[in-house]
Amino acid sequence: MARRSKVVADFDAAVAGIPDGSTIAIGGFAMPGVPFNLVAALLRQGAKRLTCIANTTGGAHKPRMPDIGMLVENGQVAKVICSFTAGTRASDVLPFTPYYERGEVEAEIVPQGTLAERLRAAGAGIPAFYTPTAVGTELAEGRETRVINGREVLLEYALPVDVAFIRAYQADEAGNLRFRRSQRNFNPLMAMAAKLVIVEVEEPILPAGAIDPDDVHTPGILVQRLVQIPPPPEGLWPVKREAR
Amino acid sequence: MPWSRPQMAERLAREFQDGWIVNLGVGMPTLIADVPFGDREITYHSENGVIGYGPVAAPGQEDLQLVNASGQNVTLLPGAAIVHHADSFALIRGGRMDVTVMGAYEAAANGDFANWKVKGAKGGGIGGAMDLAASAKRVYLMLEHRTRDGTPRLMARCSLPITARGVVTLVVTELGLFAPTGEAFAVRDLAPGVTLDEVRAATACPVVE
Repeated sequence: MARRSKVVADFDAAVAGIPDGSTIAIGGFAMPGVPFNLVAALLRQGAKRLTCIANTTGGAHKPRMPDIGMLVENGQVAKVICSFTAGTRASDVLPFTPYYERGEVEAEIVPQGTLAERLRAAGAGIPAFYTPTAVGTELAEGRETRVINGREVLLEYALPVDVAFIRAYQADEAGNLRFRRSQRNFNPLMAMAAKLVIVEVEEPILPAGAIDPDDVHTPGILVQRLVQIPPPPEGLWPVKREAR
Repeated sequence: MPWSRPQMAERLAREFQDGWIVNLGVGMPTLIADVPFGDREITYHSENGVIGYGPVAAPGQEDLQLVNASGQNVTLLPGAAIVHHADSFALIRGGRMDVTVMGAYEAAANGDFANWKVKGAKGGGIGGAMDLAASAKRVYLMLEHRTRDGTPRLMARCSLPITARGVVTLVVTELGLFAPTGEAFAVRDLAPGVTLDEVRAATACPVVE
């Protein structure tokens, strides 16, 4: 049986053909699991009117790594869907913030667990679900709630995406992925929710079968493109955040 | 003498019971991870799917693929486990958190609290706060009793957009430990030398013994 390799030559090849208007989910939580290299390639690729989904728009910490804020600064983003549209401190001003305040970019703020579950639901064929999260808050105003088992819960819809940018620790040529430590975070969920899954991989890409099937976190049938991250400085790797 | 922040952390952590699963939020609550628990077994859960983490890594020993909710490079204790975000929040919504400790801008006597949006801001920072607040068994808050300009942060009803309704169990400030009762805050403990009158003067709703 033939198996076509999913490995592409470089990051530019990995993001080739992403059309204007795409919805792109970008994995990661703090430094771990963020596909910095694919975001940097998307800045070069130049697709516009994007909807970007991630935990945060980024840029609150130093050193700054490629983030949604840079795509916004580059004029590529129409809308963000994040659990943070401001920093964790009231004094934080994110690079994204002035664009948002001027109305140049739209934003939807979503509680983090709801964001994860909306992605999971999209990948799982569940169109919507009810959750107790955000009931009684400004986010629930004008939206459908029900009382189920005596508890008020809020209707949330699945969040399907066109493209997922993923960073994994290991991959085999079949696209099976393993994550290391907290780099797993949103990555497997975004891979499930997307039509096109592009993965930057830290370790040399393994022959199919080299990852024990029991150890696969994201099955290769979800993955279309793999690219190996070169060592620094050519490739971007997590660095220690400066204290603030 | 009002409590220092590490003393606030220590006082709040005294409430933790043996066997609890504890979620610590961003900012002040991270100080709780430094409190020794003696014979009590406490397991820390972080919203990014890390279960059973330990102290922050020593300089030079950081694993850059491992962070807690505050983005600190923490260590793993024996028995730790890693899950993805949907499973991590399934643990939260599923009611497995015995307590979540969060920072806040405001805490109200009716059990509401506000910690995601400041006045005049268009954006906000929710993170996992709404999920945790809605579903943890207990919600403990750590905050300064007043803002820098002296405005009380403990009040009858929140003035800022709330994070969750009627969920706060305990509030620790530099002045003491308090429990919302509906219309007032009940004093559970006072920092050494702090008087009830001082607390009342710093609070925008009734304070009861």
